[in-house]
Formats: sequence, C-alpha cells, structure tokens
Amino acid sequence: MHEMGIILHLAKTLDEAAEREQIKKITRVTLEVGEVSGIVTDYFSDCWNYFRKKRPVLESAELELVTIPAVTYCSSCKRTYPTVQYGRTCPYCESGETWLLKGSECIIKEIEVE
Amino acid sequence: MRIIELKETVTASNDRDAETLRGELKQKGTLLINLMASPGAGKTTLLERTIHDLRDRMRIAVMEADVDSDVDAVRIERTGAKAVQAHTDGMCHMDAGMTRRALDALGEDPFDLVVLENVGNLICPAEFDTGAGRCVMLLSVPEGDDKPLKYPLMFTKSDVLIITKTDVAPYFDFDPDACIRRARKLNPDITVFTVSAKTGDGFEEWEDWLIKAVADWKN
Repeated sequence: MHEMGIILHLAKTLDEAAEREQIKKITRVTLEVGEVSGIVTDYFSDCWNYFRKKRPVLESAELELVTIPAVTYCSSCKRTYPTVQYGRTCPYCESGETWLLKGSECIIKEIEVE
Repeated sequence: MRIIELKETVTASNDRDAETLRGELKQKGTLLINLMASPGAGKTTLLERTIHDLRDRMRIAVMEADVDSDVDAVRIERTGAKAVQAHTDGMCHMDAGMTRRALDALGEDPFDLVVLENVGNLICPAEFDTGAGRCVMLLSVPEGDDKPLKYPLMFTKSDVLIITKTDVAPYFDFDPDACIRRARKLNPDITVFTVSAKTGDGFEEWEDWLIKAVADWKN
C-alpha cells in the first residue's frame, strides 16, 4: 500500500518532467533506492508494471532500481560503518551516538526518453 | 534516444504542491496542523477537549482522514466545530493533493486553525508533506516509551510530541524521561507535553502553545 503511494507520486513527478522537457515517451526510469528506505523493491516493481499501463507517456518505461548502501557515522569515534550489518550501535566503539549518513533516500537519477 | 538527469526525489511533485499550499495558508492566516499518531492514541479525544476549551477564542475546523467511515467526523461535529471526512481510498497517508481537496471541502469560511487528523499510522504519514505549518504527534502511555527507537522518522518530523493518557500511567511501565530523552536524541528541538484528556492534566500548557502558534502564524 505504501509502495503504490510512492508510485503515484513518482508518476506525477515524471509527468511534470515530461511536460517541462516536452517528452512524448519515457523508455527507462532509473531510481536510486537506499538500503534502509523501507521500499520493498519486488513489490515496488510490481506496482510500477501495473501502473505504467495507465499513462501513455510511461507505458513503455522500464524501471531500473539501483541500490544505495546505507552508511552510518559514529560521532564518538568518528568512523563510518555499514548500517544494515551493525544497526544503531557502532561496531568499533559500541557507542549509540550514531547517525545515518545515507541509505534512506529514493531519488530519480535519470530518465531515458525517445 | 536521449538521457535526462533529474536528480529529484520521487516525491518532488508532492513537495512542491505542499510548499505552494503552505504559502497560500500563510497568506490567509490559517494555521494547518498535521496531527499524527497510531490508531487509538487519542487524536480525536484530544481534539474534542481542545476544541471545547478554545472554541470561543479561535475559529477551528477539523479534517478527518481515514481509509473508511465517518465516525471521527461525527464526534468532532458534536463539539460545534466544522468537520469534513476525507477518505484516502486505501492509502496509508495523506499527501498535499488530498489535503487541498479536503480544505476545499471545508468551504469558503475563514478559519484560524485547521487540524488534519491524519491516518492512524506511525510510519507513512511522516514521509509525505501535507503542506501543514506545524506537525504534532501523539504517543499514548500504553504504546510504550520505546517508540522513538522503532519509528524514528515520525519523531524527527514532528514539532511537538504530546504524551497522552497519563492517567493510566500507574498500570504501565512507561518511563516518560526515557521516552523524552529518546525523542530529543532524534530531534533536539521537539516540544513535549504530557496530558490526560480524561482529567485535563497538562491541557493548559498544550493549549497555550497552540494559541501562540496560531498567533505567530498570522505574523
């Protein structure tokens, strides 16, 4: 249900870009999806394939998902570590004073158009 | 064939719509509050008491967002405030477009305060900007003090955290200090109130904040 909501917003953002750039057909959409963005990629692709048929400008657009690894910064020892493996606790100094640097984003990197 | 670099977030179009809506509401002097919490945290009960206390001081309307039914809108109407029910058609959150349609449904009457009671959910509503001027979240005592650890984005996006149902605290192991410490770690600027809608405890502080927020929005 959440994935479908994001698809609706993605489609609207793409519609606006198509109008701005006077694009008739988008053939590929490349998204950068953070590892901890909460997006279930399989479900996301299913939602896209269902939805794109409803819009002439999007119907032949393949969705390409590029995963962005999540990285956390430890403010105690000033090191970074992979978030998915270690979570909120720093594996070097066991501090909990940690911040997510990247990995929660979902960005439209580029589109391929005719 | 050509490739266009966009580098926009997927919700860029919603973010733009939300920014436009916020600007229009600022011009009108209407503060829109996005009220978020789990189902059953006490959103409607908090609003009933708040409207009862403040209805002679400001013009208040409420937009109830739910997947289905109008039970909450009916409760709000009994307080004398104008209420509309927005259905999200199965979606787990309100976005700026849905919020604009709900505001249109309120009609032309001017309001000082409009509260959007978002879908009961601690995850999705935090991800979508509705165009609100302030975000307020509730966490009820029975839900537990560990929720900032489990749903960090909601606590990061909220300007105010209201801990509700403090009257039942003796029956639960809720540690308010731990909860506030965890919330402040995510969001150092968050304003916290602890209230009980049953006894009225803490409502004066929350309502003082609200009166000031409505006045500040008009400046």
